[in-house]
Amino acid sequence: MKKRNLAARICAEGYLGLVLALLYLPIFLIIVFSFSGTSRFSFTNGFTFDSYKTLFDPEQNAGLLDALKNTAILAVSASVISTVLGAFSTIGIYALGRKTKKLVLTVNQLPMINSEVVMAVSLMVFFAAFSTIFPQGMTRLIISHVAFCTPYVVLSILPRLQRMDPNMYEAALDLGANPFAAMIKVVFPYIMPGIVSGFAMAFTLSLDDFIITQFNKGDTGIETLSTYIYEDARVKSLEPFWFAVFSIFFVVMFTLLLLMNIKRTQKEVKK
Amino acid sequence: MKKFKFRFSRRAFAYPYMIFLLLFVVVPLVIILINAFLDDANKFTFQNFAEFFSDAGGGLTVLGNSLIIGLVTTLICLVIGYPCAYFLAKYHASNRVLVLLFILPMWVNFLIRTLSTKAIFMALDVQLGMGTVLFGMVYNYLPYMILPLHTTLVSIDHSYIEAAEDLGADKMTVFLKTVLPLSLPGIVSGITMTFIPAISTFAISEILSSSKIFLFGDAINMHFSKTTNSFGVGSVMSLVMLVLVVVANVIVNLTSKDEEVTSVL
Repeated sequence: MKKRNLAARICAEGYLGLVLALLYLPIFLIIVFSFSGTSRFSFTNGFTFDSYKTLFDPEQNAGLLDALKNTAILAVSASVISTVLGAFSTIGIYALGRKTKKLVLTVNQLPMINSEVVMAVSLMVFFAAFSTIFPQGMTRLIISHVAFCTPYVVLSILPRLQRMDPNMYEAALDLGANPFAAMIKVVFPYIMPGIVSGFAMAFTLSLDDFIITQFNKGDTGIETLSTYIYEDARVKSLEPFWFAVFSIFFVVMFTLLLLMNIKRTQKEVKK
Repeated sequence: MKKFKFRFSRRAFAYPYMIFLLLFVVVPLVIILINAFLDDANKFTFQNFAEFFSDAGGGLTVLGNSLIIGLVTTLICLVIGYPCAYFLAKYHASNRVLVLLFILPMWVNFLIRTLSTKAIFMALDVQLGMGTVLFGMVYNYLPYMILPLHTTLVSIDHSYIEAAEDLGADKMTVFLKTVLPLSLPGIVSGITMTFIPAISTFAISEILSSSKIFLFGDAINMHFSKTTNSFGVGSVMSLVMLVLVVVANVIVNLTSKDEEVTSVL
């Protein structure tokens, strides 16, 4: 019996390993062959840093640097705005009457469940209809990113608020705090973890977005990282330059996410 | 009096966001709805619906193809993903880093991953077509299937399984009669998280088939591009997509009473 369990265990581990290998194979291959200086997946030129050298060629990297700058501006402003908007409105939503609350939360779910293409198209048509109020460019992008990020912020704060003892807020009021002070000194510290994870989620969502940006960037020439990759790498084939960029991306993303999560796990273990 | 005032002031915090949602979520969808009934001269018409549902522009065929590709993608993801989530929950419930490794690819931009796979297919001289598109879709959506499955499987109370075993069920019966039904909410939410994006995505099929295979997302994209400019039919297609989304979510809500599962990211 024990032997059979062991065999089952080995099969399970093998299966998990296989799926992981499949998930990471393309990424791994790109990283390995970013050192080949070619995009042909062969080391005919030997081991070289040529691909990485092209990163410093101003002719090649101008578009990328511009896209990175736009992505950063967009992701930072969208995530900050949606976190502030989300944090205050969650407190408000929590205090709403049952029916209104349900309605607001349902509408809040719409951007999350809706197909991205539909959301992108509807915003595009909306902006086009009111183009005098919403000029093309960053404004439209920030608004649309806030629109799809804030629901996630709200939903990451709401559970914490629901677990909070309402007496804490009342106690602060009884002790002479005005509602605003009570909010800042009592409610906010308590829901802080939700705010932080909401912010992180909004930031990564905005950073990663392609479809909504693609539809709403207009023709002002604003490219984010996603749309730039789409415009450049899709049309031409993948050049060594992109091998280097993708590799750096993979490594940075994985290190960041792993570190963040390992830290979180350690914290939980300590608790 | 004081109590009334405080309730009022706290509610007021929600008002800006309610206006925001109305303006940038509800109104745009209403505009799409209105657009669906307008012709080029902005006059009321059913022509757009007629054009789409009579398959004049091939829109209905594209929808059919997308549904099939989406279904196949979802099925493959479920078949590959369920054992993954199950083994992870069974043997590695406390190993968060390992679970994370399965979810991580989700956070790497899908264009980067898709273009990488395409480059590899090209290097291997694989003919781009249905096979490569399906591979790309599964590769892209597998984490979205594993995550909700894992969340439900991990939260299953182990005493149910023990009870079943004590009552004489063999391993297969325990799985079929206890684990599988209890993980149904995860299955349903995994299916929606894969199926809806899979039918409406654009770029993946375009990149991995060299624009030979056309999905519903691509079709909507095309109708709203400046060169074709057929917003009416595009709006009808968006509405069809919206109906699919709503239906999928009603099913999710029916199968799972646990709100945490449906709202899992």
